[in-house]
Amino acid sequence: MHNRRRKIESKSPPSFLTIKDKSQISFIRKLKGYIHSHHLAFGSAVHRLFSQPFRALTISFVVAIALSLPSGLYIAVINLQKIANIEESSTTVTVFIKMTATQSQINTLQENLLLDADIATVNYISSQQGLDDFRIESGFGDVLDMLDENPLPAVLLIQPKTGAQYDSNFLKQLASKLRTETLIENVEVDIVWLNRLKAILALAERLSLTLGAILSFGVLLIIGNVISLALDDRRNEVLVVKLIGGTNAYVRRPFLYTGFWYGAIGGFLAWIFVVIALYWMSIPVARLAELYHSFFELEGLGFFGSIALVSIGAALGLLGAWFAVARQLSNIEPK
Amino acid sequence: MILFDRVNKRYPSGYEALKSLSFNLDFGEMAFLTGHSGAGKSTLLKMIMLMEKPTSGQVLVDGQNLNRIHRNQIPYYRRNIGVVFQNHQLLFDRNVFNNVALPLLISGLQPREIGRRVRAALDKVGLAGKEKTNPIILSGGEQQRLGIARAVVHKPQILLADEPTGNLDPQLSEEIMNLFQNFCEVGVTVLIASHDLDLVSSMGQRLLKLEKGILVEDEKSL
Repeated sequence: MHNRRRKIESKSPPSFLTIKDKSQISFIRKLKGYIHSHHLAFGSAVHRLFSQPFRALTISFVVAIALSLPSGLYIAVINLQKIANIEESSTTVTVFIKMTATQSQINTLQENLLLDADIATVNYISSQQGLDDFRIESGFGDVLDMLDENPLPAVLLIQPKTGAQYDSNFLKQLASKLRTETLIENVEVDIVWLNRLKAILALAERLSLTLGAILSFGVLLIIGNVISLALDDRRNEVLVVKLIGGTNAYVRRPFLYTGFWYGAIGGFLAWIFVVIALYWMSIPVARLAELYHSFFELEGLGFFGSIALVSIGAALGLLGAWFAVARQLSNIEPK
Repeated sequence: MILFDRVNKRYPSGYEALKSLSFNLDFGEMAFLTGHSGAGKSTLLKMIMLMEKPTSGQVLVDGQNLNRIHRNQIPYYRRNIGVVFQNHQLLFDRNVFNNVALPLLISGLQPREIGRRVRAALDKVGLAGKEKTNPIILSGGEQQRLGIARAVVHKPQILLADEPTGNLDPQLSEEIMNLFQNFCEVGVTVLIASHDLDLVSSMGQRLLKLEKGILVEDEKSL
């Protein structure tokens, strides 16, 4: 037996690899081969996408719609939060002075208020200044000229001490304390609506995340389904590959890449949708901001947000493909 | 190289495909497996491919007990075997070159090496120059030779064939059989299932005859 084996081996040409030779293939060469097989799987996935561009685009569009909805809502929430924060940083207590107060009385009041520890700054807007501002901003100058006397009261804009601006209880107390001053006609604090807005925004943020989770799950199912069908289409190929020694990983690879591409392209399209929507809205928003004398600019996804959107798409595609292939691959065995 | 030791195979339906089958195929030996359809030829080959497991008994390939090979190891085991099917099992979504390259791609060989080996294999089966052709336009004989090229391109130690000449005329069949003989001569262990007794006996190789799952004849080569 041993002699026979040696005899036969001597017959074989030197290019024939024995098992021993195979195990000696260096790690680097194995790695190169591995990378090459990834390269091919990648290429074949791309090739398949381009060979059925309409199908690929349809699937990617579905993914894009599913991803752009929560992204859009999320951006809306971010922007409203930004507005809320701008408003918040300028939380002021507006104090209207009685029309009967004299200039010196007002000056004394202002000095007294500045001594109060609860108050950071006090801005005095005289009734004349208020009238001038109103004339410029409102465009009703002609109407004002018709009035005999200035109807506007003098106003003190009080900035509460830092750290306490958002504490509605503190602001209420401050307001009632100020109302006890004899010179003061009325005190206004616009904090309640701001708190409500913030509560609604917190809800909207949750809502966008929930929507995102549900639609992500949808994307997972869509891509899983598509990959499942693709696997059915190529069942015969999978069988042949398994028969000649293809591992599950080898069979899986091109499908994972396909899922990855559907997801990544979907993410990219979603990004384009969002950018277009933002651009479309930026013009009326700018006009609105102008009317409010604000330099408010729409907040987009930003660099990292954009990367995240495409990555989420790609990850969902990969995961969906993985589930689909894992579920089906063990059923496809050569018989 | 291939050792069957009292192998039984009973399918869940109760059908007994192989009954206490024992034989030994030496390294570099060539043998034909004959018998009527349903005699158990395919089941035997499938066992060597690890597509079926024996109900009882053992199959040893290159000293390795196939009962002990783990699921995850099956692909690596199969890479040592080349298989030729009656219906070729070619992939028509790619050209001749890529069909033959498949086993090498699976093993993770480098492109340069793949090109060299694929051309060598195609040359060996007489299909040199048809690399870019789609296999669907090849003739039956050419398709079968392509199947053989794919089965041997990764230089397996064992070559199995299930009715490789099933659809071919006698002259082409003989060509194909001669091809198998060439591989045997370079040290590959070859086992071919065929019901074409005339052709098989003309080859002058060992003959294993199955009947209803029992080995009824084992003629050593003349």
